[in-house]
Amino acid sequence: MSKDIRIRKGLDIKLVGEAEKVTVDAIRSNVYAIRPDDFHGIVPKVVAKQGTEVKAGEPLFYSKSNEKMLFPSPVSGEVIEIVRGAKRKILAFKILGDKEQKYADFGVKDVNSMSGDDIKSHLLASGCWPFIKQRPYDVIANPDVAPKAIFISGYTTAPLAADSDYVLEGKEKELQTAVTALSKLTEGKVHISVGKKGNSPLSGLENSTIHNVSGPHPAGNVSVQIAKIDPINKGEAVWVVNPQDLVVIGELLLTGKFNAERTIALAGSSVKTPKYFKTKIGAEVSSVVYASGVHDEGNIRVISGDVLTGENVKPDGYLGYYHNSITVIPEGDDYELFGWNKPIFNKISPSRALTFSWLFPNKKYELTTNTNGEHRAFVVTGNYENVFPLDIYPLQLLKACVVNDLDAMEQLGMYEVAPEDFALTEFICVSKQPHQQIIREGLDLMLKEIG
Amino acid sequence: MGLKDKLHKLKLKYKDKKIAPAFNAIHTFLYLPNETTHSGAHVRGADDLKRTMNTVIMALIPCLIFGMFNAGYQHHLAAGEIEAVTNGFFSSGFWSLDNLTVGLWKVLPLVIISYGVGLAVEILFAVIKKHEVEEGYLVTGMLVPLIVPVDTPLWMLAVAVIFGVVIGKEVFGGTGMNILNPALTIRAFLFFAYPTWMSGDKVWVHGAVERANEIAGGAELDAMSGETVLGALAQGKELTYSVSDMFLGFIPGSVGETSAILILLAGLFLIFTKIGSWRIMVSAVLGALVMGLIFNGVVSAEWINEGSKFYSLMSTEFWHHLIIGGFAFGVVFMATDPVTASQTNKGKWIYGFLIGFISILIRVFNPAYPEGVMLAILLMNVFAPTIDHYVVQGNIKKRMKRLKLKTA
Repeated sequence: MSKDIRIRKGLDIKLVGEAEKVTVDAIRSNVYAIRPDDFHGIVPKVVAKQGTEVKAGEPLFYSKSNEKMLFPSPVSGEVIEIVRGAKRKILAFKILGDKEQKYADFGVKDVNSMSGDDIKSHLLASGCWPFIKQRPYDVIANPDVAPKAIFISGYTTAPLAADSDYVLEGKEKELQTAVTALSKLTEGKVHISVGKKGNSPLSGLENSTIHNVSGPHPAGNVSVQIAKIDPINKGEAVWVVNPQDLVVIGELLLTGKFNAERTIALAGSSVKTPKYFKTKIGAEVSSVVYASGVHDEGNIRVISGDVLTGENVKPDGYLGYYHNSITVIPEGDDYELFGWNKPIFNKISPSRALTFSWLFPNKKYELTTNTNGEHRAFVVTGNYENVFPLDIYPLQLLKACVVNDLDAMEQLGMYEVAPEDFALTEFICVSKQPHQQIIREGLDLMLKEIG
Repeated sequence: MGLKDKLHKLKLKYKDKKIAPAFNAIHTFLYLPNETTHSGAHVRGADDLKRTMNTVIMALIPCLIFGMFNAGYQHHLAAGEIEAVTNGFFSSGFWSLDNLTVGLWKVLPLVIISYGVGLAVEILFAVIKKHEVEEGYLVTGMLVPLIVPVDTPLWMLAVAVIFGVVIGKEVFGGTGMNILNPALTIRAFLFFAYPTWMSGDKVWVHGAVERANEIAGGAELDAMSGETVLGALAQGKELTYSVSDMFLGFIPGSVGETSAILILLAGLFLIFTKIGSWRIMVSAVLGALVMGLIFNGVVSAEWINEGSKFYSLMSTEFWHHLIIGGFAFGVVFMATDPVTASQTNKGKWIYGFLIGFISILIRVFNPAYPEGVMLAILLMNVFAPTIDHYVVQGNIKKRMKRLKLKTA
C-alpha cells in the first residue's frame, strides 16, 4: 500500500557545492571521538576509562537514567582521552583507532524468529539503541514505552544533504532486516517515506507502509510526514530512525558486528570537489575535508550535518553521531556597506524587498554564515506560515516557549515538533531569533516538567 | 585604514559601555554588521528588520513628496493666488516651485521634529535598558508628519511624539511589544489634547488659522477656508471637489493622506514586496464597501430624510469613502502594522474587515470629527489579541478533538 504526501509550503534553499555522486574511501582517521552532547539529554556514566582497549561496538558509557542503554565505540582501539569541560562534564571520548579493526561479536541473529523483547534487548546490548529516537521531545527513545508507530524518512530535502537514495544503494538486505526487526517493536506500522520521483532502495521493503512524498523542504523532515500520516497526540510516542542508521542495525543483526561505517556527503561552496566519502561515525572531519581541498582555508565554517541543523565542529572536529554529511561554507565575518538597504542579488530571501532571489528560482547561491542583520524582537507576522507545513501556529508556539507557558506549548502542538522543523522559519526570520534553540529549550522544559 | 576598520575599532572600544546602543544604531546604518550565526541554522535569509522597515519608508516617500506640493497648492489656492488645476495628475500648476517651497518650509520641520524627538527617546531607552535600538520608529517617524494637519505647532508635535513613544511603546517593552500603533497613539494624543488644532475647517490649509486670527483682530482680509471633503459632507455642504480631485489628491487634509492614487500604488508595492499584509488591506476595503453599501441602502430605503445631519455622509456613494479622508492611508500603512494587527492569517481577515466596517461607521456617526479610521484601527488594535485568541483556539480544539477520537 502506498500513499502520496504532497507538501506545498516550504522553501528549497539551493546552494552551490552539491556533492557529486562519486564515492571514495576517506583516509583513515587516527582518532575518533564520540560526544555525549550528540545524544541530547543523556548524562553519561563512564564504562571505558582512559587507557582501556575497546573493540568496535563495546560500550564507552551508559546513560545515567537507564543503565541498559549503552553507547558503543565506533572503532576498536584505545580510549586515549576523556575530555571534560566545566563542572567535569564529559565533552568527548577520544579513541585512537587500531589499524586492524576488531569487532565485538554480538552473534548472528535470525530476525524472523526473534520476539520484540529479544530485539529490544539485543539492540540495547549492542549499542544500536541510540539510533532510535522518539517524538515527542526529539530524544533517544525510551525503551519502556511502546511506540504507536515507527517512522523512517528516506526523502532528502535539506540543502546539500546526503541523498538517501544514493547512499543506500545496494543495502537492501540490511535495510530489510532492520525494518523487520523494528516492525516487531511496535504494535502499529513502520512507515517509510520515499521521494516520489526518486528511486529509493527503501521503496521495495516489506513489513512496512511506503509513502511517496513530494514538495520542497521540509517535506523530508519526519515530523511533517508524521503529521500527514498519523499525528502524535498527547500521551503517545512514535519512534524515528534515520535510514543510514538502519544499515548499521541491519548489519549488526546479519553479521553480529557493529560496523559504524557510513557514506557521507562532503558539500558546500568552500569545497573544491564536493563528493561522497566512506568513513565512520566519529571520524576527524579533516580526514575528508582536506582530501577534497577547500577555498580560502582561513575563512571557513565546517559543519557536521547540513547547513540548517548541523553543528559547527571547526576544522579539527569530528563527525557527529547522527550526521550524514559535512558541509563547508565561508564564514561571513565581515561588514557590508549599506547592506540593509541596497538591492540584493546574491542572497536568498522569501520577500521581494529589493531582494531579487524571486527572479531566479533555479539559481544556486553561495551563502555565508552572516546573519544579515541583528537580533530583534518578534515583529513581522505571517511569514513563518509560508514555510511551515505543519498545522501549528509557529509564532505562537515560539512565544509560548519563550515565556515557558507549558499549557500553551502542549495545546499548540509541542509534542509534534522537533527543533529541525523550525530551521526554515529560523532561516527566514526577519528578527533573527534563534528558533531551534527556543524550541529545544521548550522541549527540555516539557520533558522535565511533564515527562 | 578605511572607514570600515575605523568603525570596527570604535565598536570594540564602545562595547559594554553605556553608549554602545547609540553607536551601534549609527554603525549598523552604514554597514550590515559582521555578526555570524551561533546556534541553529548556519545560513540566514537576506531580510532583516531594517530592510523591512526601509521598504515601508520607500512606499511612503511619494506620499511625502506629494504632501509637500499639496501643502503649498492648498495654501495658494485658498489664498486665491492660483486657479484650481484641471489637467490631471501632472498639472504644472500643482507641481510648481512655489508650492514646493511652502511644502518644504512647513512639512520638513514636521519630519525633522518627528524623527529627532522620537529617535532621541528610542536611543535613551535603549541606553537605559541596555538593548539595541530597534527599527520600529523608522516607519512611525515617517508616518507621524503625514497624518497631522500641516499647521500643527512643532512643540505640540514634540510633546505628542514623546507621549506616543513612551506610553504607547516603551512602557510595554519597546518595538514588537506594544498594543497600540505608536503613530496613531501620537495622532490620538494630539486629537484629544489639542482638538482645536486637529479638527475644524481651518487647520488643514497652511495659513488659514493665522488668517482667521487676523480677521478676528480686525484686519480687512478674505477668510481662507480649508475644509476637508469629509468636513464639508458632515455639514451637508455642496462639494467643490470632483471625484478625480479626490482620487489624485488635490484636496485639503492631513499632509500625506490625500492622494488615493499614490497610496494605492504604495499598497500594491507593499503587497508585491510581501512586506504589507494583503489580507488586511483587501478585507479592510471590503469592510468599508459593505458599510458604505449599508448606508446607501438606508438612504434609498428612505429610512432617513434629507433633513438629518447624517444624510449627506450616508448618501455618499459607497466607494467614494475609499478615496476621501484618511481611510486609504490608514488601511495601507497603519492597519498593516504587524505588531498591533492580528498575527494569524485568519485573524487578519476579521481584523481588516472590522477596521473598514467600523471606520465608515464612525466616520458617518461622529458629529464632532468626521473621520473614523484612526479610532477604528486603535479599537481593533485592542481587539486583535482577542481575535487571535479565538483563531488559535480553533487550532487547539482541532487537536483536542483528534485526541478524543483516538482515546474514545
